Amino acid sequence: MTVMKPLLENVSFAIVGSGGAGAITAGAILLEAAGKAGWYGVLVRSVGPQIRGGESASLVRLSTGPAENMTKDFDVLVAIDWKNSDRFIGDMPVTNSGLVVSDPKNGAVPAAITEAGTDVADCPLNAMAKDIPGGRENMIAAGIVAQLIGLPIDALMQVVETKLARKGEAAILSSRACIEAGMAQASTYSQSYPLKPVNPPTNKRWLATGNEMVGLGALRGGVRFAAAYPITPATEVLEYLAPSLASIGGALVQAEDELSSINMIIGASYGGRPSITATSGPGLALMMESLGLAAAAEVPIVVVDVMRCGPSTGIATKSEQSDLNIAIYGFHGDAPHVVVAPNSVGDCLFTTQWAVHMAETLQAPVIVLSDQSLGQALVLMNRPADVAFMAKRKVYEPVEGQDYQRYAMTADCISPMAIPGQTGGQYTADGLTHTVRGTPSSKRSDQKEQMDKRAAKIEQFDFGQHWGHVEGTGDTVILTWGSLTGPAREAIGELTAQGDDVRLISLRQISPFPVQALQQALTGAARILVLEQTHSGQFYRHIRSYIDLPGEVRQFNREGPYLIGPDEIATQIRDWKTA
Amino acid sequence: MNAPKFKASTYKSDIEPVWCPGCGDFHVLLSITKALAELGRPPEDIAVVSGIGCSSRIPAYTNCYGFHGVHGRSLALSAGLKVARPDLTVMVMSGDGDGFSIGGNHFLHACRRNVDMTYVVMDNRVYGMTKGQPSPTTESDWDSALSPGGTGLRAFHPLVIALASGANFVAREFSGNIKATTRTLVEAVNHPGFSFVEILSPCVTFRPDEKEWKNTVHKAQVEETDDPARAARRIMTDDGMNTGILYRGRRPPYKAKVSDEIGDIAPLEAAFEV
Repeated sequence: MTVMKPLLENVSFAIVGSGGAGAITAGAILLEAAGKAGWYGVLVRSVGPQIRGGESASLVRLSTGPAENMTKDFDVLVAIDWKNSDRFIGDMPVTNSGLVVSDPKNGAVPAAITEAGTDVADCPLNAMAKDIPGGRENMIAAGIVAQLIGLPIDALMQVVETKLARKGEAAILSSRACIEAGMAQASTYSQSYPLKPVNPPTNKRWLATGNEMVGLGALRGGVRFAAAYPITPATEVLEYLAPSLASIGGALVQAEDELSSINMIIGASYGGRPSITATSGPGLALMMESLGLAAAAEVPIVVVDVMRCGPSTGIATKSEQSDLNIAIYGFHGDAPHVVVAPNSVGDCLFTTQWAVHMAETLQAPVIVLSDQSLGQALVLMNRPADVAFMAKRKVYEPVEGQDYQRYAMTADCISPMAIPGQTGGQYTADGLTHTVRGTPSSKRSDQKEQMDKRAAKIEQFDFGQHWGHVEGTGDTVILTWGSLTGPAREAIGELTAQGDDVRLISLRQISPFPVQALQQALTGAARILVLEQTHSGQFYRHIRSYIDLPGEVRQFNREGPYLIGPDEIATQIRDWKTA
Repeated sequence: MNAPKFKASTYKSDIEPVWCPGCGDFHVLLSITKALAELGRPPEDIAVVSGIGCSSRIPAYTNCYGFHGVHGRSLALSAGLKVARPDLTVMVMSGDGDGFSIGGNHFLHACRRNVDMTYVVMDNRVYGMTKGQPSPTTESDWDSALSPGGTGLRAFHPLVIALASGANFVAREFSGNIKATTRTLVEAVNHPGFSFVEILSPCVTFRPDEKEWKNTVHKAQVEETDDPARAARRIMTDDGMNTGILYRGRRPPYKAKVSDEIGDIAPLEAAFEV
């Protein structure tokens, strides 16, 4: 007898296996197939330091509506093997009602899982794969998950056929056989976790990581040159840009270090090409001196910092928001610049495109603070909106009988910039204090005039409505930024369902600080929870250096690698209100 | 032959150099402007890039586009500029501290990368701007306040390093020999790929002994070669005062470049569709 299961709005599953077992591939195929079926979702990888042989897991959450962050626990866990799984198994609890699928041949299910009383289904993955010519355990695992969550095989095969097109018909047939075998096996289980079907999307979903969206945002904004030094977790930005820039007539150069990459983009931008680089904390630290040069010489550049756990080498593969201070205050001297932060994977595109526009308009360095959890999450989302922000530099136009002054004082404090090749525009860009012509000077009047000008051009800039994001009107406020915006929103959804009205304020404009906009957004706030993934409360201190927060204020901050989740945020608010 | 379109003075700005009277860099500036006149490109099509130090002040003394950047990074900045703007003639100006100490790693990789540009290092074997400390090319026993009794370190050999790292053109000149230096600079700019020219340029203030260089430099007794092994043997055994073009290689220059045309990004967006 078929028992009708209640349909779920969300389902989470994990596929684990040692590096090279294909756990990530299986998760990615399932995610993409879910997109074809009209669902939303996110895939987070847990990958060990070794390319093959290290631990590896794909953690996937599927949802009937937009969702970018993982749930706390999982409904289904399929283990291709348990090698090295002790390194991460504590981070992926399975719900009491969940199911663990494991091949007895690979040994016992780790105690950390069975202790919770979770059901275990034995499945001879290894033997099943051997029975199918060219069979792979990871594709059987995909079939098991598809059956348990109600993902149609047609959607799955559409993805497999595209991915394996180059490998030929035999590989596709073999994958189908594996998926079917997995589905047949799972149909014998009493458990199932069917996700509520949705109408097929009218617009195609996008499947992308935050790092890719940063790259595309740069291209949409008009970037033509990138310099690259590999660093986890920013490398994918650069690997995305390398072929993409080449395809539109731009170029990426691999540099010998970050001291070089930052200077390469300054050189390219001086030559008139909008330029970008991406790095993480250690690389940003190396770039600081030259970022100051870009500020002093007024050269537009964008530096994306995909933050990871620090200090020093820290935990390269895990997220944190602790580069806030260096991004704002790391420059020596007074060096006005802009720091912005995307608040979702899709927003990585918008914020980077906006950053390119601002750098070019302001002739100043702009730092984009993304982080590992945004950068490396693979998300099924709605197509990000087209926005009009483009690189548009105020360029020198010769005036008969008038000598060119590169750093001339103007109403908006932005001086027309000559581009090499322009007759009569020759000047020397300089990190030395200079006159309006660019001639080195140690006069106090020149230092004051140019400092005032560089500060004013940024202070006077209209950041418009993009300074931040406000949702809801409650007198309890969650004030946060960056990758914690998603979890905060989800926590608020949970609280709202229970009758609470909580306001979300997320800052995109980190520096210069949006004093008036934030003060206005905080009107009527009685309780403010300042939320951030840092050990020392950098975000809170930054806010407090500009404004007094109204009402009662609490901080919820923690270092990485354990991400602050929606449930923890909701608990903070609930406990506070009932206290 | 047509009369030259430009004179050396076309390339000289009206800014007064900060150098000490008698500094070799005055002569280098003169040779550069003469070479540029001979090359005949208008000043707006030339970019002169430098780092920090006495020699790195040169960009503002020319009438070209200039960039006086941070200490040691001029080669990186120039590589970005040249890839982004392959139509420009890019000249990079440095000194022995800027180029071989703080910028040493970039020197190796600029030679390897072989971007089409000319790297001129004015070598006076001392940090002059900071008033007399030993640089990588300073003799090991040279006494100074910072390293009393000398560093005890072997002097760096720029030409050997350039050759070993893949520079496509390697030469040494003496600042006082303006004609020869001008000719070598013209050859260096015209040669495709990364050209390295070391110019011995005396610091009369902190190394008055270098005033003797005008008597000790001598034209190399051998012809230039395109064989790196022969060039290496010659340079390893010279007395450091040989001048002239040592090596002219045949490696193709770095290829990537940014074009003026902007391609369509629609196909890149379509790639994200499920």
